[in-house]
Amino acid sequence: MFPYPLLTIALLVMWLLLNDFTLGHLLLGSIVAVFASWGMAALRPDKPKLRKWYLLPKLFAIVMVDVIRSNLAVSWVILRGRTRGHHASFINLPLDIDDPTALAVFAVIITSTPGSAWLEYDSRRRSVLIHVLDLIDEDEWRDQLKNRYEKLLLEIFS
Amino acid sequence: MIYSAADVPVWAAAAIAFFLLFGALLALIGAIGFLRLPTFYERIHAPTLSTSWGTGGIMTASILFFSIAGGRLVAHEILIGIFITVTTPVTFMLLARAALHRDRVENHPDVPTRAELVVSTIQDRASDEKGA
Repeated sequence: MFPYPLLTIALLVMWLLLNDFTLGHLLLGSIVAVFASWGMAALRPDKPKLRKWYLLPKLFAIVMVDVIRSNLAVSWVILRGRTRGHHASFINLPLDIDDPTALAVFAVIITSTPGSAWLEYDSRRRSVLIHVLDLIDEDEWRDQLKNRYEKLLLEIFS
Repeated sequence: MIYSAADVPVWAAAAIAFFLLFGALLALIGAIGFLRLPTFYERIHAPTLSTSWGTGGIMTASILFFSIAGGRLVAHEILIGIFITVTTPVTFMLLARAALHRDRVENHPDVPTRAELVVSTIQDRASDEKGA
């Protein structure tokens, strides 16, 4: 009945947000969500394994704080202009995660944090090329990406 | 339905104005950075200001205003935030990989080549194993 429970719930919530919270829309939205997740099941994608889903809010909170911090940092780099300068650089980071969903979440985190951009992932070497706008200490960046995000992602998806 | 700003109490109006201006300011700074930063790889960082808290701030202001003025929770703006966050990396990776490809074909000195990346990955893995 529910091959992808999370997807079904997400679709229902989206339906209710876009329309009104009424009984009629609850029923209609449920029907749409169930049929859409059957459609998804017919495509037979790899099922993401969420092992420790209760760590997701923790990851979300950490990312929110980091996004605010890096927003301010990047604004400062742009506003102070060319006189003081900054040190843009590439970082090549070997990864331990190889689950496609975990990689997608990691890419979203790195891209939505201003100041770092996910450029290309190579599945054969299992490493990603990241560009950093203002690189002050490369080891600190590596340590932050590895220990702050990747460890949590490894725990959540495995 | 048309809402009037007079329906909103002062404390809420202050919060709404703060989030709206904060988001708009970040979007403006992002646009300035997009114009002024010198290289392609630096320029792709600037629009992420608009796609993260630029959108976030304006979204929060919109949710607050319509929820308070309308007297019921209006939250479909969250969907805008979710879809922007999930779709920007796709565009970014396409642009960045196209730029990397072109720079490698032209032998641009600042861009790491594939061979360099292979060597550096092997070295990193080796030093990780030594450390562990």
